[in-house]
Amino acid sequence: MRTTPRTRMTRRAAVGTAAMMLAVTACSSGGDSDGGDDSGKITLTVGVFGQFGLEEAGLYEEYMELNDNIVIEQTSVQKSEDYYPALLTRLPTGSGLMDIQAIEVANVYEVTNELSQYFVDFNDYDVDTGHFLDFKLAQATNADGKVVGLGTDIGPMGICYRTDHFEAAGLPTDRDEVAALWADDWQAYIDTGKEFVKSDVDAAWVDVAGGVFNAVVNTYEERFYDTSGEVVYQESEAVQTAWDLAMDAAESGITAKQKQFEPEWDRAIANGDFATVSCPAWMLGYIQDKADEAGEGLWDFAHAPSPGNWGGAFLSVTDASEHKEEAAKLAAWLTAPEQQARFFAERGSFPSSAEAVQAPEVADATHEYFQDAPIGQLFTEAAEGIPTLVLGPRDQVIQEQIANGLLAADTQGLSSEEAWESTVSSIENALAD
Amino acid sequence: MTTHDSSAAPPVEGGAAPGRPGRATESPEERRQRRRSWRFRMDTKASPYAFIAPFFLFFGAFGLFPLLFTGWASLHRVRLAAPNDMEWAGLDNFARLMSDEYFWNALTNTFTIGVLATVPQLAIALGLAHLLNYKMRGSNFFRVAMLTPYATSVAAATLVFAMLYGRDYGMINWALDLVGIDAVDWKSGSLTTQFAISTIVIWRWTGYNTLIYLAAMQAVPKDLYESAALDGASPWKQFLHVTLPSLRPTILFTVVVSTIGATQLFGEPLLFGGSPSGGAQNEYQTLGLYMYEMGWTNFNLGRASAIAWAMFLLLIIIGLVYWAVTKVASRSTAGKGA
Repeated sequence: MRTTPRTRMTRRAAVGTAAMMLAVTACSSGGDSDGGDDSGKITLTVGVFGQFGLEEAGLYEEYMELNDNIVIEQTSVQKSEDYYPALLTRLPTGSGLMDIQAIEVANVYEVTNELSQYFVDFNDYDVDTGHFLDFKLAQATNADGKVVGLGTDIGPMGICYRTDHFEAAGLPTDRDEVAALWADDWQAYIDTGKEFVKSDVDAAWVDVAGGVFNAVVNTYEERFYDTSGEVVYQESEAVQTAWDLAMDAAESGITAKQKQFEPEWDRAIANGDFATVSCPAWMLGYIQDKADEAGEGLWDFAHAPSPGNWGGAFLSVTDASEHKEEAAKLAAWLTAPEQQARFFAERGSFPSSAEAVQAPEVADATHEYFQDAPIGQLFTEAAEGIPTLVLGPRDQVIQEQIANGLLAADTQGLSSEEAWESTVSSIENALAD
Repeated sequence: MTTHDSSAAPPVEGGAAPGRPGRATESPEERRQRRRSWRFRMDTKASPYAFIAPFFLFFGAFGLFPLLFTGWASLHRVRLAAPNDMEWAGLDNFARLMSDEYFWNALTNTFTIGVLATVPQLAIALGLAHLLNYKMRGSNFFRVAMLTPYATSVAAATLVFAMLYGRDYGMINWALDLVGIDAVDWKSGSLTTQFAISTIVIWRWTGYNTLIYLAAMQAVPKDLYESAALDGASPWKQFLHVTLPSLRPTILFTVVVSTIGATQLFGEPLLFGGSPSGGAQNEYQTLGLYMYEMGWTNFNLGRASAIAWAMFLLLIIIGLVYWAVTKVASRSTAGKGA
């Protein structure tokens, strides 16, 4: 009976939060319950996941300085997998919601199409949506033309690699020559790995087979759903190609068999246990954090065989908000070109605004930790090649189950057929009503 | 209750007085006394209910209501994002559990992890309690030390264990390497993962059970041991023939509690691998984890509720079995005693 304590917890938390909010408003405003206080200040709440970065980049602070009457409070949930279910349970009841909620790209389809009634339409407010990249705006616009989310960032991908391992294995280390090793050809990337592990370098080529799958599948438009909304992962060319390449990596033993974002994976990064890893823009900061001094001067960044997109988020204003006008204004400001450019400069999250991409602090940006790689230019080039992904409501579940199947092949030596069969049966079970 | 005596007196007087005066004629003093006695009676009758009411109100709101709601949801097709949008499904959600390989896998895992965790845990606890029962220096220290794992949070303990069991950088593999054993991949494969998770459970709960056994052992009359010793029984024989039989009800209690805990096992397997799938091939996905995955990853509230109720029914069955065992056991003891 796990639902009992679970429901109990969320309900109790909701009651507690409500009571606390009552107490807070009662104290600060003497019974005024619309979130304003005596001096006429409005408190806007923002719900995000992980190290989202808006606060860290100092954007809230600046906005509060520019707007005396606004106070911004952020609540962060560490993992996106925990954040989204909590958001889902709160939407229908309209309680416990923040004025602004961050939405991950994996969930944006469901939010835009199936849950749009819980969010405001940015068209109703004075918001300029013309500066966003077309595909980013399209992802958060439903069939009726309602815009429920404003993009904060996107995740164009390249390959991060260890120059010391490349040198020891007799491979080039210059980022253009490295990119030329596998230009336009993912098979060449895997084959280079097979050569690499034959050398006496004590490291794997890539972190895990699922990482290869992820990098490849996201370079296609149609992955798990087709444009009519049908689940097509079993027939899709993207999944087949990416699966075969990932299985090739697993079977030829060029992976470090480390599940991504586990503590062991972090340590493998620090110790240089694998020579390459697929790198969306936001991953650079992650690698720098984890590898730190141990990897100082050893990492570099090059183009992938073909660019895909991994991650990126949106900001939405909830319909339950009592300050929709102000919240929409804040969301628009946070995602405006100048702020996105700053977000990139401070946090490395690549702008989802076509205008911001042109800004000098983006276009001319370099990354010190990655040998001064001209990441502004490299990511801009990658972003131009990103396909307009066809999204579906259950993308995340399908993706996770495929990653599980590949992990089993990678760590337990399942054959491609066995792993695929078990993956399909997991996905069918997860998607069934 | 300072007015106890004065308010308790009137009924006695009134009862003794023949031909009780009618209301119209009673004096103000009498009326006050009558009212006081009425209040006293209400106090003794109603107050206990008022005192326990908060518990039942909370239980109703946070225990009973979710239980019934889950039962109701399990009979519907309903998704987490729209809990009010229910479509009647009858017993479909339960029927499909019968042919759901993931449900049976989770049930099997719950059972094997339960056995792997409970049996050694209770055996170790019994042994430790026996040792602690001897007169020794610093016994209080050991008793407190026993309980510290129990006082640790599941999350903290599991995260530490997950690191100890790391394949490339875990301390356990490092230690195995010292004695010449190859690195074990503790996070994949059924046996290794289930063993690893069982050790977390054992580590957390052994101390708790030890203290319960110890308390029961100290209640065993000393003269039983003395007479056993006079009859020439060795310490081992004494443990076998005096301690164990006296501990029978306690052991049964700990078995029941551990079984319930094992059936609900959730936090350890969730945090050990960091995902509700319980391993790439669901090697250690327990019933609790499968229910969570169905509800909070697949967002299928109806099916998740059916799993929850299946677990509830399972616990009721286990409870009935233990109840029957206790009955039989106590009858057989009574028979021997007579």
